[in-house]
Amino acid sequence: MVVKSTNKYTLQRRKVVHRILEDRGDAAVVTGIGNAVHDVASANDDPKNMYLAGIMGGAAMVAFGVALAQPKRRILVITGDGELLAGIGSLATIGVEQPKNLSIIVIDNQAYGATGNQHTHTGRGVDLVGIAAASGFKKTALITTNAELEAELQHIHNQPGPYFAVVKVMSKTSPRINAPKDGTYVSRRFRAAVTGESA
Amino acid sequence: MTARRKITLDRRKVVSRILKDRGELLLVTGLGAPTWDAASVEDNPNNFYLWGGMGGAVLTGLGLALAQPKRRVLVITGDGEMLMGVGGLATVAVQKPSNLAICIVDNQRYGETGMQETHTAHGVDLAAMAAGAGFQTTSTVYTSAELNTAIPVLYNEPGPVFVDVKITAVEQPMTLPPRDGPTLKHRFRENLLGSI
Amino acid sequence: MATKKKTDWSKDVFKVLKNADVKQVAYVPDAGHTSLIKMAIADNAIKPVSLTSEQEGVAVLSGAWLGGEAGALLMQSSGVGNVINMLGMANECRFPLLMLVTMRGEWGEFNPWQVPMGQATEAVLEAAGVIVHRVDEPSEIAETVEAAARLAFEGGRMVAVLIGQRVVGFKDWTK
Repeated sequence: MVVKSTNKYTLQRRKVVHRILEDRGDAAVVTGIGNAVHDVASANDDPKNMYLAGIMGGAAMVAFGVALAQPKRRILVITGDGELLAGIGSLATIGVEQPKNLSIIVIDNQAYGATGNQHTHTGRGVDLVGIAAASGFKKTALITTNAELEAELQHIHNQPGPYFAVVKVMSKTSPRINAPKDGTYVSRRFRAAVTGESA
Repeated sequence: MTARRKITLDRRKVVSRILKDRGELLLVTGLGAPTWDAASVEDNPNNFYLWGGMGGAVLTGLGLALAQPKRRVLVITGDGEMLMGVGGLATVAVQKPSNLAICIVDNQRYGETGMQETHTAHGVDLAAMAAGAGFQTTSTVYTSAELNTAIPVLYNEPGPVFVDVKITAVEQPMTLPPRDGPTLKHRFRENLLGSI
Repeated sequence: MATKKKTDWSKDVFKVLKNADVKQVAYVPDAGHTSLIKMAIADNAIKPVSLTSEQEGVAVLSGAWLGGEAGALLMQSSGVGNVINMLGMANECRFPLLMLVTMRGEWGEFNPWQVPMGQATEAVLEAAGVIVHRVDEPSEIAETVEAAARLAFEGGRMVAVLIGQRVVGFKDWTK
Protein backbone atom coordinates (compact mmCIF):
# COMPACT_ATOMS: atom_id res chain seq x y z
CA MET A 1 0.00 0.00 0.00
CA VAL A 2 1.47 3.36 -1.00
CA VAL A 3 -0.08 6.35 0.69
CA LYS A 4 0.66 10.05 0.18
CA SER A 5 2.68 11.70 2.89
CA THR A 6 0.51 13.30 5.53
CA ASN A 7 3.25 15.38 7.10
CA LYS A 8 5.66 18.12 6.04
CA TYR A 9 8.92 16.23 6.34
CA THR A 10 11.16 15.43 3.40
CA LEU A 11 13.55 12.70 4.58
CA GLN A 12 12.83 9.27 3.15
CA ARG A 13 12.84 6.53 5.75
CA ARG A 14 14.61 3.92 3.70
CA LYS A 15 17.43 6.23 2.68
CA VAL A 16 17.85 7.32 6.28
CA VAL A 17 18.07 3.75 7.55
CA HIS A 18 20.44 2.71 4.78
CA ARG A 19 22.71 5.66 5.55
CA ILE A 20 22.82 4.79 9.25
CA LEU A 21 23.55 1.12 8.54
CA GLU A 22 26.33 1.96 6.08
CA ASP A 23 28.47 2.81 9.13
CA ARG A 24 27.28 -0.01 11.39
CA GLY A 25 30.54 -1.94 11.57
CA ASP A 26 29.93 -4.96 13.77
CA ALA A 27 26.84 -3.48 15.43
CA ALA A 28 23.84 -5.66 16.10
CA VAL A 29 20.47 -4.28 15.03
CA VAL A 30 17.05 -4.93 16.52
CA THR A 31 14.06 -3.69 14.54
CA GLY A 32 10.58 -2.89 15.70
CA ILE A 33 7.50 -4.34 14.03
CA GLY A 34 6.38 -2.94 10.68
CA ASN A 35 8.24 -0.81 8.15
CA ALA A 36 11.44 -0.82 10.20
CA VAL A 37 11.89 -4.52 9.38
CA HIS A 38 11.82 -3.78 5.68
CA ASP A 39 13.96 -0.68 5.97
CA VAL A 40 16.71 -2.66 7.69
CA ALA A 41 16.42 -5.87 5.69
CA SER A 42 16.53 -3.96 2.39
CA ALA A 43 19.91 -2.49 3.33
CA ASN A 44 21.45 -5.93 3.86
CA ASP A 45 20.06 -9.09 5.40
CA ASP A 46 22.88 -9.20 7.95
CA PRO A 47 22.86 -12.13 10.40
CA LYS A 48 23.34 -9.58 13.16
CA ASN A 49 19.85 -8.24 12.44
CA MET A 50 17.02 -9.33 14.71
CA TYR A 51 13.74 -8.57 12.99
CA LEU A 52 10.82 -8.35 15.37
CA ALA A 53 7.69 -8.93 13.36
CA GLY A 54 5.45 -8.78 16.39
CA ILE A 55 5.46 -7.76 20.06
CA MET A 56 4.61 -4.13 19.55
CA GLY A 57 6.41 -2.11 22.22
CA GLY A 58 9.20 -4.61 22.84
CA ALA A 59 12.05 -3.63 20.52
CA ALA A 60 13.90 -1.30 22.89
CA MET A 61 13.85 -3.83 25.72
CA VAL A 62 14.96 -6.73 23.51
CA ALA A 63 17.90 -4.57 22.42
CA PHE A 64 18.56 -3.58 26.02
CA GLY A 65 18.82 -7.25 26.98
CA VAL A 66 21.31 -7.80 24.14
CA ALA A 67 23.24 -4.69 25.20
CA LEU A 68 23.65 -6.09 28.73
CA ALA A 69 24.75 -9.45 27.41
CA GLN A 70 27.10 -7.97 24.77
CA PRO A 71 28.63 -4.94 26.47
CA LYS A 72 31.48 -4.60 23.96
CA ARG A 73 29.24 -4.42 20.94
CA ARG A 74 27.08 -1.50 19.79
CA ILE A 75 23.40 -2.35 19.69
CA LEU A 76 21.07 -0.28 17.51
CA VAL A 77 17.31 -0.20 17.67
CA ILE A 78 15.57 0.89 14.49
CA THR A 79 11.88 1.23 15.16
CA GLY A 80 8.80 3.32 14.49
CA ASP A 81 7.06 5.94 16.60
CA GLY A 82 3.97 3.81 17.16
CA GLU A 83 6.04 0.84 18.28
CA LEU A 84 8.09 2.96 20.67
CA LEU A 85 4.97 4.56 22.12
CA ALA A 86 3.51 1.14 22.88
CA GLY A 87 6.41 0.49 25.25
CA ILE A 88 7.32 4.02 26.28
CA GLY A 89 8.01 3.06 29.90
CA SER A 90 11.07 1.23 28.57
CA LEU A 91 12.77 4.58 28.12
CA ALA A 92 12.63 5.13 31.87
CA THR A 93 13.97 1.63 32.52
CA ILE A 94 16.85 2.20 30.10
CA GLY A 95 17.47 5.70 31.48
CA VAL A 96 17.98 4.17 34.92
CA GLU A 97 20.26 1.39 33.68
CA GLN A 98 22.45 3.60 31.42
CA PRO A 99 23.69 1.01 28.90
CA LYS A 100 26.58 2.77 27.17
CA ASN A 101 26.35 0.65 24.03
CA LEU A 102 22.68 1.16 23.17
CA SER A 103 21.34 3.58 20.55
CA ILE A 104 17.66 3.92 19.77
CA ILE A 105 16.64 5.47 16.47
CA VAL A 106 12.96 6.14 15.97
CA ILE A 107 11.87 6.55 12.38
CA ASP A 108 8.94 8.85 13.00
CA ASN A 109 6.38 9.27 10.24
CA GLN A 110 3.76 10.33 12.79
CA ALA A 111 1.53 7.51 11.56
CA TYR A 112 0.77 3.83 12.07
CA GLY A 113 2.13 3.10 8.60
CA ALA A 114 1.40 -0.60 8.52
CA THR A 115 -2.30 -0.28 9.29
CA GLY A 116 -3.51 2.62 7.14
CA ASN A 117 -1.51 5.65 8.26
CA GLN A 118 -3.64 6.58 11.26
CA HIS A 119 -2.04 9.42 13.20
CA THR A 120 0.09 8.52 16.19
CA HIS A 121 0.62 10.72 19.23
CA THR A 122 3.83 12.16 17.79
CA GLY A 123 1.93 14.20 15.21
CA ARG A 124 -0.13 15.72 17.96
CA GLY A 125 2.33 17.26 20.35
CA VAL A 126 4.02 14.28 21.96
CA ASP A 127 7.76 14.91 22.05
CA LEU A 128 9.58 11.58 22.24
CA VAL A 129 12.97 13.28 22.46
CA GLY A 130 11.77 15.23 25.50
CA ILE A 131 10.49 12.05 27.13
CA ALA A 132 13.82 10.29 26.48
CA ALA A 133 15.72 13.22 27.97
CA ALA A 134 13.39 13.22 30.98
CA SER A 135 14.11 9.51 31.34
CA GLY A 136 17.84 10.10 31.63
CA PHE A 137 19.24 9.29 28.18
CA LYS A 138 22.78 10.61 27.89
CA LYS A 139 22.36 12.15 24.46
CA THR A 140 19.21 12.85 22.50
CA ALA A 141 18.54 14.42 19.11
CA LEU A 142 15.78 15.39 16.75
CA ILE A 143 16.81 14.85 13.13
CA THR A 144 14.90 16.44 10.25
CA THR A 145 17.58 16.98 7.57
CA ASN A 146 20.42 15.05 5.97
CA ALA A 147 22.95 17.43 7.49
CA GLU A 148 21.61 16.72 10.97
CA LEU A 149 21.69 13.00 10.26
CA GLU A 150 25.35 13.18 9.19
CA ALA A 151 26.22 15.11 12.35
CA GLU A 152 24.58 12.50 14.58
CA LEU A 153 26.16 9.39 13.03
CA GLN A 154 29.18 9.45 15.36
CA HIS A 155 26.85 9.58 18.37
CA ILE A 156 24.72 6.76 17.01
CA HIS A 157 27.70 4.48 16.45
CA ASN A 158 30.61 5.55 18.63
CA GLN A 159 29.88 7.89 21.53
CA PRO A 160 28.83 6.51 24.94
CA GLY A 161 25.09 6.08 25.24
CA PRO A 162 22.34 5.44 25.96
CA TYR A 163 21.54 7.45 22.85
CA PHE A 164 18.13 8.35 21.51
CA ALA A 165 17.15 10.06 18.26
CA VAL A 166 13.92 10.72 16.46
CA VAL A 167 14.24 11.04 12.69
CA LYS A 168 11.21 12.75 11.18
CA VAL A 169 10.41 11.20 7.80
CA MET A 170 7.70 11.41 5.13
CA SER A 171 4.79 9.13 5.90
CA LYS A 172 4.97 7.63 2.39
CA THR A 173 5.71 3.92 2.64
CA SER A 174 8.28 2.02 0.63
CA PRO A 175 7.81 -1.40 -0.92
CA ARG A 176 8.05 -4.40 1.37
CA ILE A 177 10.82 -6.87 0.84
CA ASN A 178 11.13 -10.50 1.77
CA ALA A 179 12.78 -10.25 5.15
CA PRO A 180 13.07 -13.63 6.82
CA LYS A 181 10.16 -13.84 9.22
CA ASP A 182 10.60 -17.19 10.91
CA GLY A 183 11.47 -16.20 14.46
CA THR A 184 13.34 -19.37 15.31
CA TYR A 185 15.56 -19.01 12.24
CA VAL A 186 16.27 -15.31 12.65
CA SER A 187 16.96 -15.57 16.36
CA ARG A 188 19.33 -18.58 16.09
CA ARG A 189 21.20 -16.92 13.25
CA PHE A 190 21.50 -13.69 15.27
CA ARG A 191 22.66 -15.42 18.42
CA ALA A 192 25.29 -17.41 16.57
CA ALA A 193 26.53 -14.25 14.83
CA VAL A 194 26.86 -12.13 17.98
CA THR A 195 28.16 -14.80 20.36
CA GLY A 196 30.29 -16.80 17.97
CA GLU A 197 28.65 -19.95 19.38
CA SER A 198 26.41 -22.26 17.48
CA ALA A 199 22.73 -22.14 18.38
CA MET B 1 16.84 14.38 35.02
CA THR B 2 15.53 15.60 38.34
CA ALA B 3 17.71 17.92 40.35
CA ARG B 4 18.39 16.37 43.77
CA ARG B 5 16.66 18.31 46.52
CA LYS B 6 15.82 17.42 50.06
CA ILE B 7 12.52 15.60 50.47
CA THR B 8 10.59 16.53 53.61
CA LEU B 9 6.87 16.50 52.78
CA ASP B 10 4.62 13.96 54.48
CA ARG B 11 2.21 12.13 52.17
CA ARG B 12 -0.78 12.26 54.51
CA LYS B 13 -0.42 15.99 55.09
CA VAL B 14 0.02 16.63 51.37
CA VAL B 15 -3.09 14.71 50.38
CA SER B 16 -5.09 16.18 53.22
CA ARG B 17 -4.16 19.72 52.15
CA ILE B 18 -5.01 18.99 48.53
CA LEU B 19 -8.44 17.60 49.46
CA LYS B 20 -9.29 20.13 52.17
CA ASP B 21 -11.43 22.38 49.97
CA ARG B 22 -12.32 19.85 47.33
CA GLY B 23 -15.87 21.02 46.66
CA GLU B 24 -17.40 18.96 43.86
CA LEU B 25 -14.09 17.38 42.84
CA LEU B 26 -14.21 13.86 41.45
CA LEU B 27 -11.25 11.86 42.70
CA VAL B 28 -9.62 8.73 41.30
CA THR B 29 -6.86 7.15 43.35
CA GLY B 30 -4.22 4.66 42.26
CA LEU B 31 -3.75 1.41 44.15
CA GLY B 32 -1.88 1.26 47.41
CA ALA B 33 -0.93 4.16 49.63
CA PRO B 34 -2.63 6.94 47.60
CA THR B 35 -5.91 5.11 48.22
CA TRP B 36 -5.18 4.88 51.95
CA ASP B 37 -4.17 8.57 51.95
CA ALA B 38 -7.43 9.70 50.37
CA ALA B 39 -9.47 7.46 52.65
CA SER B 40 -7.68 8.84 55.70
CA VAL B 41 -8.98 12.30 54.83
CA GLU B 42 -12.57 11.20 54.32
CA ASP B 43 -14.41 8.38 52.56
CA ASN B 44 -16.22 10.59 50.07
CA PRO B 45 -18.71 9.12 47.56
CA ASN B 46 -16.95 11.22 44.90
CA ASN B 47 -13.89 9.05 45.44
CA PHE B 48 -13.24 6.10 43.17
CA TYR B 49 -10.46 3.97 44.61
CA LEU B 50 -8.50 1.57 42.48
CA TRP B 51 -7.53 -1.49 44.48
CA GLY B 52 -5.85 -3.07 41.49
CA GLY B 53 -5.41 -2.29 37.81
CA MET B 54 -1.86 -1.04 38.32
CA GLY B 55 -1.04 1.52 35.62
CA GLY B 56 -4.66 2.40 35.01
CA ALA B 57 -5.43 5.31 37.34
CA VAL B 58 -4.62 8.16 34.95
CA LEU B 59 -6.56 6.58 32.11
CA THR B 60 -9.53 5.91 34.39
CA GLY B 61 -9.39 9.61 35.22
CA LEU B 62 -9.22 10.47 31.51
CA GLY B 63 -12.36 8.50 30.70
CA LEU B 64 -14.17 10.11 33.60
CA ALA B 65 -13.00 13.60 32.59
CA LEU B 66 -14.18 13.08 29.02
CA ALA B 67 -17.55 11.82 30.27
CA GLN B 68 -17.97 14.68 32.76
CA PRO B 69 -16.45 17.71 31.04
CA LYS B 70 -18.00 20.17 33.52
CA ARG B 71 -16.54 18.49 36.59
CA ARG B 72 -12.97 18.77 37.75
CA VAL B 73 -11.34 15.34 37.90
CA LEU B 74 -8.23 14.72 39.98
CA VAL B 75 -6.13 11.58 39.87
CA ILE B 76 -3.88 10.98 42.87
CA THR B 77 -1.52 8.10 42.37
CA GLY B 78 1.95 6.85 43.15
CA ASP B 79 5.14 6.94 41.11
CA GLY B 80 5.31 3.16 40.57
CA GLU B 81 1.69 3.06 39.42
CA MET B 82 2.28 6.00 37.08
CA LEU B 83 5.40 4.43 35.61
CA MET B 84 3.57 1.20 34.82
CA GLY B 85 1.16 3.09 32.57
CA VAL B 86 3.36 6.03 31.65
CA GLY B 87 2.32 5.88 27.99
CA GLY B 88 -1.02 7.09 29.30
CA LEU B 89 0.51 10.55 29.66
CA ALA B 90 0.85 10.77 25.88
CA THR B 91 -2.72 9.58 25.42
CA VAL B 92 -3.98 12.19 27.90
CA ALA B 93 -1.92 14.98 26.32
CA VAL B 94 -3.33 14.21 22.89
CA GLN B 95 -6.90 14.34 24.24
CA LYS B 96 -6.20 17.63 26.09
CA PRO B 97 -8.96 17.24 28.73
CA SER B 98 -9.17 20.74 30.24
CA ASN B 99 -10.78 19.36 33.42
CA LEU B 100 -8.20 16.71 34.32
CA ALA B 101 -5.45 17.11 36.90
CA ILE B 102 -2.90 14.49 37.85
CA CYS B 103 -1.03 14.52 41.13
CA ILE B 104 1.73 12.02 41.84
CA VAL B 105 2.60 11.37 45.47
CA ASP B 106 6.14 10.34 44.68
CA ASN B 107 8.07 8.55 47.43
CA GLN B 108 10.40 7.02 44.82
CA ARG B 109 9.46 3.59 46.15
CA TYR B 110 7.18 0.61 45.63
CA GLY B 111 5.72 1.14 49.08
CA GLU B 112 3.37 -1.83 49.20
CA THR B 113 5.87 -4.51 48.29
CA GLY B 114 8.86 -3.72 50.46
CA MET B 115 9.93 -0.15 49.66
CA GLN B 116 12.03 -1.07 46.64
CA GLU B 117 13.22 1.97 44.73
CA THR B 118 11.38 3.00 41.58
CA HIS B 119 12.87 4.69 38.55
CA THR B 120 12.13 8.14 40.01
CA ALA B 121 14.80 7.43 42.66
CA HIS B 122 17.28 7.16 39.80
CA GLY B 123 16.77 10.38 37.91
CA VAL B 124 13.63 9.69 35.91
CA ASP B 125 11.69 12.97 35.94
CA LEU B 126 7.95 12.35 35.68
CA ALA B 127 7.06 16.03 35.29
CA ALA B 128 9.50 16.35 32.40
CA MET B 129 8.07 13.18 30.87
CA ALA B 130 4.60 14.72 31.09
CA ALA B 131 5.93 17.89 29.46
CA GLY B 132 7.47 15.76 26.74
CA ALA B 133 4.14 14.06 26.28
CA GLY B 134 2.59 17.47 25.66
CA PHE B 135 1.27 18.67 29.02
CA GLN B 136 1.41 22.48 29.06
CA THR B 137 1.35 22.77 32.84
CA THR B 138 3.73 20.62 34.88
CA SER B 139 5.68 21.02 38.08
CA THR B 140 7.64 19.14 40.72
CA VAL B 141 6.92 20.06 44.33
CA TYR B 142 9.43 19.68 47.17
CA THR B 143 8.31 22.26 49.74
CA SER B 144 5.24 23.41 51.56
CA ALA B 145 5.37 26.76 49.74
CA GLU B 146 5.54 25.00 46.37
CA LEU B 147 2.57 22.87 47.39
CA ASN B 148 0.60 26.03 48.19
CA THR B 149 1.25 27.21 44.65
CA ALA B 150 0.44 23.84 43.13
CA ILE B 151 -2.93 23.24 44.79
CA PRO B 152 -4.81 26.03 42.95
CA VAL B 153 -3.21 24.75 39.73
CA LEU B 154 -4.68 21.29 40.37
CA TYR B 155 -8.13 22.82 40.83
CA ASN B 156 -8.26 25.76 38.45
CA GLU B 157 -5.67 25.79 35.67
CA PRO B 158 -6.85 24.55 32.28
CA GLY B 159 -5.93 20.89 32.08
CA PRO B 160 -4.41 18.57 31.63
CA VAL B 161 -2.09 19.55 34.45
CA PHE B 162 0.55 17.37 36.08
CA VAL B 163 2.09 17.84 39.51
CA ASP B 164 4.71 15.50 40.96
CA VAL B 165 4.91 15.92 44.74
CA LYS B 166 8.03 14.44 46.28
CA ILE B 167 7.20 12.88 49.65
CA THR B 168 9.20 11.01 52.26
CA ALA B 169 9.32 7.22 52.05
CA VAL B 170 7.70 6.58 55.41
CA GLU B 171 4.97 4.01 55.84
CA GLN B 172 1.76 5.34 57.32
CA PRO B 173 -0.93 3.39 59.10
CA MET B 174 -3.37 1.94 56.61
CA THR B 175 -6.80 3.51 56.38
CA LEU B 176 -8.82 1.14 54.32
CA PRO B 177 -11.86 2.41 52.40
CA PRO B 178 -14.53 0.05 51.05
CA ARG B 179 -12.97 -2.40 48.65
CA ASP B 180 -15.96 -4.09 47.08
CA GLY B 181 -15.81 -2.97 43.44
CA PRO B 182 -19.56 -3.01 42.71
CA THR B 183 -20.22 -1.01 45.89
CA LEU B 184 -17.66 1.62 44.93
CA LYS B 185 -19.00 1.82 41.39
CA HIS B 186 -22.66 2.10 42.40
CA ARG B 187 -21.97 4.62 45.08
CA PHE B 188 -19.90 6.80 42.77
CA ARG B 189 -22.41 6.67 39.90
CA GLU B 190 -25.45 7.19 42.07
CA ASN B 191 -23.91 10.21 43.67
CA LEU B 192 -22.80 11.62 40.34
CA LEU B 193 -25.68 10.67 38.04
CA GLY B 194 -28.60 10.24 40.43
CA SER B 195 -28.96 6.61 39.46
CA ILE B 196 -26.83 3.55 39.08
CA MET C 1 -6.21 -21.43 57.24
CA ALA C 2 -2.79 -20.54 58.53
CA THR C 3 0.05 -19.58 56.29
CA LYS C 4 2.68 -22.30 55.91
CA LYS C 5 5.60 -21.88 58.20
CA LYS C 6 8.03 -19.40 56.73
CA THR C 7 11.30 -20.90 55.61
CA ASP C 8 14.00 -19.10 53.76
CA TRP C 9 13.26 -20.60 50.37
CA SER C 10 14.57 -17.49 48.61
CA LYS C 11 18.18 -18.45 49.39
CA ASP C 12 17.77 -21.88 47.85
CA VAL C 13 16.00 -20.45 44.82
CA PHE C 14 18.80 -17.95 44.38
CA LYS C 15 21.35 -20.80 44.43
CA VAL C 16 19.34 -22.53 41.74
CA LEU C 17 19.38 -19.40 39.60
CA LYS C 18 23.14 -19.08 40.08
CA ASN C 19 23.66 -22.73 39.16
CA ALA C 20 21.60 -22.17 36.04
CA ASP C 21 24.02 -19.36 35.16
CA VAL C 22 21.31 -16.70 35.29
CA LYS C 23 22.92 -13.34 34.53
CA GLN C 24 19.95 -11.02 34.19
CA VAL C 25 17.15 -10.77 36.75
CA ALA C 26 14.30 -8.55 35.59
CA TYR C 27 11.53 -7.70 38.01
CA VAL C 28 8.56 -5.71 39.09
CA PRO C 29 8.68 -6.01 42.87
CA ASP C 30 6.36 -8.15 44.91
CA ALA C 31 6.52 -8.65 48.63
CA GLY C 32 7.07 -12.38 48.09
CA HIS C 33 10.15 -11.71 45.99
CA THR C 34 11.72 -9.18 48.35
CA SER C 35 14.71 -11.22 49.50
CA LEU C 36 15.32 -12.74 46.08
CA ILE C 37 15.49 -9.25 44.57
CA LYS C 38 17.89 -8.13 47.30
CA MET C 39 20.18 -11.08 46.62
CA ALA C 40 20.10 -10.39 42.88
CA ILE C 41 21.05 -6.76 43.47
CA ALA C 42 23.86 -7.74 45.86
CA ASP C 43 25.40 -10.25 43.44
CA ASN C 44 28.03 -8.67 41.20
CA ALA C 45 27.63 -11.29 38.50
CA ILE C 46 23.93 -10.55 38.11
CA LYS C 47 22.47 -7.55 36.33
CA PRO C 48 19.25 -6.62 38.11
CA VAL C 49 16.74 -4.82 35.87
CA SER C 50 13.89 -2.99 37.56
CA LEU C 51 10.99 -2.64 35.09
CA THR C 52 8.06 -0.25 34.75
CA SER C 53 5.82 -3.05 33.51
CA GLU C 54 6.26 -6.81 33.36
CA GLN C 55 5.92 -6.91 29.58
CA GLU C 56 9.28 -5.17 29.36
CA GLY C 57 10.81 -8.15 31.14
CA VAL C 58 9.83 -10.69 28.49
CA ALA C 59 11.52 -8.50 25.91
CA VAL C 60 14.66 -7.97 28.02
CA LEU C 61 15.13 -11.68 28.57
CA SER C 62 14.58 -12.40 24.89
CA GLY C 63 17.39 -9.96 24.19
CA ALA C 64 19.50 -11.51 26.94
CA TRP C 65 19.22 -14.91 25.35
CA LEU C 66 19.97 -13.48 21.89
CA GLY C 67 23.12 -12.00 23.42
CA GLY C 68 24.13 -15.30 25.02
CA GLU C 69 22.88 -14.88 28.59
CA ALA C 70 20.17 -16.54 30.63
CA GLY C 71 17.73 -14.60 32.76
CA ALA C 72 14.75 -14.84 35.06
CA LEU C 73 11.64 -12.67 35.34
CA LEU C 74 10.13 -12.09 38.77
CA MET C 75 6.61 -10.77 39.20
CA GLN C 76 3.33 -10.98 41.05
CA SER C 77 0.39 -12.81 39.50
CA SER C 78 -1.22 -9.48 38.55
CA GLY C 79 1.76 -8.90 36.26
CA VAL C 80 0.97 -12.02 34.27
CA GLY C 81 -1.85 -10.04 32.68
CA ASN C 82 0.68 -7.53 31.40
CA VAL C 83 2.94 -9.98 29.60
CA ILE C 84 0.56 -11.92 27.39
CA ASN C 85 1.16 -10.28 23.99
CA MET C 86 4.89 -10.11 24.59
CA LEU C 87 4.95 -13.88 25.22
CA GLY C 88 4.17 -14.28 21.52
CA MET C 89 7.79 -13.54 20.75
CA ALA C 90 9.24 -16.06 23.18
CA ASN C 91 6.78 -18.63 21.86
CA GLU C 92 7.39 -17.98 18.15
CA CYS C 93 11.18 -17.83 18.55
CA ARG C 94 11.24 -20.64 21.11
CA PHE C 95 13.21 -18.50 23.54
CA PRO C 96 13.89 -19.97 26.96
CA LEU C 97 11.85 -17.95 29.45
CA LEU C 98 11.84 -18.57 33.19
CA MET C 99 9.19 -16.69 35.16
CA LEU C 100 8.81 -16.85 38.94
CA VAL C 101 5.34 -15.69 39.86
CA THR C 102 4.23 -15.06 43.43
CA MET C 103 0.49 -15.55 43.71
CA ARG C 104 -2.16 -13.19 44.97
CA GLY C 105 -5.91 -13.50 44.73
CA GLU C 106 -6.19 -16.97 46.20
CA TRP C 107 -5.26 -18.37 49.64
CA GLY C 108 -6.77 -16.03 52.21
CA GLU C 109 -6.85 -13.05 49.86
CA PHE C 110 -8.17 -9.89 51.41
CA ASN C 111 -8.38 -7.62 48.34
CA PRO C 112 -11.19 -8.65 45.99
CA TRP C 113 -9.53 -6.81 43.11
CA GLN C 114 -6.68 -9.30 43.19
CA VAL C 115 -8.96 -12.29 42.84
CA PRO C 116 -9.88 -12.15 39.11
CA MET C 117 -6.29 -12.09 37.82
CA GLY C 118 -5.09 -14.47 40.51
CA GLN C 119 -7.74 -17.01 39.61
CA ALA C 120 -7.03 -16.62 35.88
CA THR C 121 -3.24 -16.71 36.11
CA GLU C 122 -2.65 -20.38 35.46
CA ALA C 123 -5.22 -20.67 32.67
CA VAL C 124 -4.03 -17.52 30.94
CA LEU C 125 -0.40 -18.62 30.98
CA GLU C 126 -1.30 -22.03 29.64
CA ALA C 127 -3.46 -20.48 26.94
CA ALA C 128 -0.42 -18.46 25.88
CA GLY C 129 1.70 -21.59 25.60
CA VAL C 130 3.58 -21.41 28.89
CA ILE C 131 4.33 -24.58 30.86
CA VAL C 132 3.14 -24.00 34.42
CA HIS C 133 4.60 -25.56 37.56
CA ARG C 134 2.69 -24.75 40.69
CA VAL C 135 4.15 -25.08 44.16
CA ASP C 136 2.47 -24.67 47.55
CA GLU C 137 5.02 -26.37 49.76
CA PRO C 138 7.97 -24.18 50.82
CA SER C 139 10.38 -27.12 50.87
CA GLU C 140 9.58 -27.86 47.22
CA ILE C 141 10.07 -24.38 45.77
CA ALA C 142 13.78 -24.64 45.04
CA GLU C 143 13.58 -28.02 43.34
CA THR C 144 10.60 -26.83 41.32
CA VAL C 145 12.52 -23.76 40.16
CA GLU C 146 15.47 -26.01 39.35
CA ALA C 147 13.30 -28.24 37.18
CA ALA C 148 11.69 -25.23 35.56
CA ALA C 149 15.08 -23.68 34.82
CA ARG C 150 16.24 -26.87 33.14
CA LEU C 151 13.07 -27.08 31.12
CA ALA C 152 13.39 -23.44 30.13
CA PHE C 153 17.10 -23.26 29.34
CA GLU C 154 17.84 -26.82 28.21
CA GLY C 155 14.42 -27.65 26.83
CA GLY C 156 14.01 -24.26 25.22
CA ARG C 157 10.57 -23.47 26.58
CA MET C 158 8.57 -20.81 28.39
CA VAL C 159 8.08 -21.99 31.96
CA ALA C 160 6.37 -20.29 34.87
CA VAL C 161 6.65 -21.32 38.50
CA LEU C 162 3.61 -20.17 40.43
CA ILE C 163 4.46 -19.81 44.11
CA GLY C 164 1.22 -20.12 46.04
CA GLN C 165 -0.07 -17.37 48.28
CA ARG C 166 -0.17 -19.91 51.07
CA VAL C 167 3.62 -19.98 50.92
CA VAL C 168 4.17 -16.28 50.38
CA GLY C 169 1.94 -15.39 53.28
CA PHE C 170 -0.82 -12.96 53.90
CA LYS C 171 -0.30 -9.30 53.59
CA ASP C 172 -0.64 -7.81 57.03
CA TRP C 173 -3.65 -5.56 56.73
CA THR C 174 -4.12 -5.00 60.42
CA LYS C 175 -1.25 -2.66 61.15
